[in-house]
Formats: sequence, structure tokens, C-alpha cells
Amino acid sequence: MPTTHTPPSTVHATRTVEFKVWRGDSQGGEFKSYSVEVTDGMVVLDCIHRIQADQANDLAVRWNCKAGKCGSCSAEINGNPKLMCMTRMDTLPQGEPVRVEPMRSFPSIRDLVTDVSWNFRAKKKIKPFKPRKPDNADGSWTMYQIDVDRVQEFRKCIECFLCQDVCHVLRDHHKHDEFIGPRLLMYTAMLEMNPLDTESRVADLKHHDGIGYCNIGKCCTKVCPEHIGITDNAIIPMKERVVDEFYDPLTRLFRMFKPR
Amino acid sequence: MSMSQTRYSLPQTRAFLETARTDRWWIAPLFVLAGFGAFLIYSTWAAFQANNYFIGGPSQPGVQDLLSPFYSPVLWDASGVHSGHAWFGDAPLWWPAWLLFSPALIILPFPAGFRFTCYYYRGAYYKAFWADPASCTVGEPKFRGANYRGEQKFPLIFQNLHRYFLYIAIAFIGLLSWDAYQSFWHFNADGTRSLGVSVGTIVLVLNPVFLGMYTFGCHCLRHLVGGKHDCLSCSSVRQHKYKAVSWLNARHMLFAWISLFFVGFTDIYVRLCASGTWTDWRIL
Repeated sequence: MPTTHTPPSTVHATRTVEFKVWRGDSQGGEFKSYSVEVTDGMVVLDCIHRIQADQANDLAVRWNCKAGKCGSCSAEINGNPKLMCMTRMDTLPQGEPVRVEPMRSFPSIRDLVTDVSWNFRAKKKIKPFKPRKPDNADGSWTMYQIDVDRVQEFRKCIECFLCQDVCHVLRDHHKHDEFIGPRLLMYTAMLEMNPLDTESRVADLKHHDGIGYCNIGKCCTKVCPEHIGITDNAIIPMKERVVDEFYDPLTRLFRMFKPR
Repeated sequence: MSMSQTRYSLPQTRAFLETARTDRWWIAPLFVLAGFGAFLIYSTWAAFQANNYFIGGPSQPGVQDLLSPFYSPVLWDASGVHSGHAWFGDAPLWWPAWLLFSPALIILPFPAGFRFTCYYYRGAYYKAFWADPASCTVGEPKFRGANYRGEQKFPLIFQNLHRYFLYIAIAFIGLLSWDAYQSFWHFNADGTRSLGVSVGTIVLVLNPVFLGMYTFGCHCLRHLVGGKHDCLSCSSVRQHKYKAVSWLNARHMLFAWISLFFVGFTDIYVRLCASGTWTDWRIL
């Protein structure tokens, strides 16, 4: 039986959406309202660009790839830390204003742009990768897939810092001097679990990186645009290694008698 | 929260429960509060009853032997009760006279400690019971502020002893499995024992299964069976153990709730059968 094929409609429905965008700098600011004509398939970053083009040429917004891979356009949309380029307008409540503001855990530079340089300074304090001697004569190492998979998950991180933004230890308690945050705990886990690595960062995790401040709220995991199991696969395993080293009397006892 | 038009600086600390979120963020912590709260109240009440914690035995021929998980193992029977399950007989003499002796009071602190220090439960009840935070991006009580200690310092630093509760919890799976085996038996009028299956048997078999799914998905166990090693590939046994525990661990929250509900239901079932409200129907 012949079938008829209907080509996809080229007519897109449009609607007007009110945006409340935070405008200001490190000295202060306020929310300003903008109306945007939204068509099917638009994301929040498209709307911000439309506002920038038509209504507020001086609106500062950091962006780059528009594909959820560069981690530049992090912001808080209706109070939820998200990438603007990956937040489709049809996923937001209809008929309500859309509130867009910069990340709360970092100092404001201007409008939606924040100063995230603290993350890079904190990252430099983590002991770098220190590989063992090469396994093979050609200077290469042999590594099996299951070991690759475990650390490879953490390499998906795009450093959008949404996990740092949502973490209440940084956001509400401002423990930036004592706690490196989920992104960097995960970075440490990536190095620490690598079978080629010979360095130990467990003592640093306890004493300098403040892993004990994490109380496993899993907000970091929930906001991660790469869906990395930050809490279950990185932070908790690191907490357990800290327990091995410092809190478990039996493990410490066994270690005393372990042949070296 | 209404849109503020006043100027302020960032970063800004929000007031308690203040948030820009427009979704119903309070449903999840409220559900946890209600669920854990109900279980806490019921289990405390049940622990202090010191009766109706078993059915079966020589005095009830034809009735399958069922023992409530809240009271298992019965180290000493409650005063005036002879369950036939007690390891050391009647209530201990050293128990303070002013405190009602219930076998459950000796048992329940261990599974309770396992759940209290469980990584899933910690994340859930910190939110639901003391708003730390109540939900993601929701403001916390102001007094905590810079005084926040997390699990870095006393008292929550003791959460790091979770693995010791795990060892006990694993032993409990064995003990409850033994109770499940016992539930296949009943006494006859002539004092002999015969095999049988009742609704209660199914309940007592499912209980350690669900508890096992929860216990063997523990984050600590995942660490101990393989996670602590950088090289998973160095041992095929380690690989398989790690994969199996990881599978359960990915469903830890699900099994935490199922097992919590079911262990409570198992006690209710035995209690209502023992009090004569329900009848434990024999299937075979």
C-alpha cells in the first residue's frame, strides 16, 4: 500500500518570552527585563545573543562553541546552574519570566561573566601526574581498558565549573581557602586512580583540599552537563582512600606489618 | 522568590531557604523527611514493645517459624517471653531495672548505624533533617555560615567509620538468611518439624534479599573489593567483584528505600500475625 510522506513543517511557532537578566559588575547590579521572540529549537544562549544584538549591545556574556563542549557559557537559569547553550527554551516553564544570572560562587566581572581564575590557581596546587618508568622498550606503557575506562570518565570534564558553583561549601560557606571543590577533587581522583601514576595525594586531600567538607549532597553530579558520576565515582572513592590512610585503625595496623 | 530590583554585589549569600529556583525543589527533602521520620518513629516504637516479635514454635503447631528482623538475632528473650530463638535465655540480670528490656534495643543500633553512616543516607538526611542545604542552590541557616564543619571535623568526622558498620551489616545478612531458612519449618502437634511455605516465608526470604542488594552495593564495599586499587585489571577476581558491586552501587538509593520499607513491613507482618490481627496463610 503506497504511503504518503509529509515534509517537516518549515513554519516555526514563535512566542514572546520575558527575560530577567542580571546586569552589573563587582560593585553591584540589578535584574533588567527584556522581551525576546522565541522560535522552536532556540536555547537560552540564542536568546541572550538576541538581546545583545537588538536591545543591549553592551551585555557581557562568555561563550564559545555553542555545543556544550567548551564550558564557557555557564550561568544560573531560574536558579539552576546550567550551560546556556544546552538549555532549550522548551524545557523551561512556559508563561513565566526566565531569570538568567551569573554563577554565584565566583566574583562577578560584568553581567553574566564571572572570574573563575580561582579554579586554575587551586588546580596548580595539586601534585601533577608522575608516571612510573615505561613498561616497554619503545618508551610506552601498557594499560588495560578497564583501568582506562575508570579514569577516562573524569576526562570528559569540560571545566564549566557548574559543579563548583552549585557546591554549597563554596557557594554558601565560602571555603575557597580550605576546599578545592568537586571539579578539582575529581581531577585529583583522575590522577590518583591512574595505574601509571606513582604520586600520592591522599594526605593533601585530607589536610589541604578539605575533602571532609563534602557532605555528599550530590548537587555537583546533578548539574554536570557531561553526566560524570562526580560524587559516586570520584569523591567517595577518594574519601575512602582518606579513611584507609587516616581513620581506619585496622588498615593502619595491617600496614604496619605489611612487608615492604 | 520575587525578582529583586535592588543593587547588590556578588557573590551573595542567600538567606535560609531563599532560592531563585522555580521548580518544586522541596518535594524530595520532604519525602525523605517523611519516609525516614516514619521509619524512625515506627522502629523505635516497635523496639520498645518487647512482644509479638515471633510466631511458630512448639506451642503453635502448624504455624511457620517467623522472627521479626528488628529482634534478630534474639540474644536474650524479653521478660516473660519464650521465643525459642534466644541464644542466651531470659533477660540479662545486668540490664538496668529502670529500663524496659527489649531484645531489639541491643540489635537495632547496628543496622541503624549502618544506615546513619551510609553515603546515600548522609546526603539525603543532611538535606531533609538539617537543611545542609535543603536542596541544591537553596540558602542555608545563617548560623552555619563560616562555621560549617562538614565531615572534616567533630562530630561528623565519625561518619568515616562506616566500614565497621558494613562488616556488621554483612553478618546480619547471614543471620537474617538463617531466619529465612527457619521460616520454611513449622512444628507438628507431636513435636516433630516439617517443611512448609507461608506468605510469611516469602516475606522473610525477600527481606534479606533486599537488604543484601542494599548492603552489597555499599560505597565502602566497592572500595574494599577493588576500588582502592589503581589497577583493576591486575586481578580478574577483583574486576568481577568490582563490577558486581558497582552495578548494585549505581542503584544504591533504590535498594536503600526498598530494603528500608521492606524490613519495616516484615516487622509489621510478624507483629500483626503474632497479635492475631493477621493470619499467616500457609501455601504449602
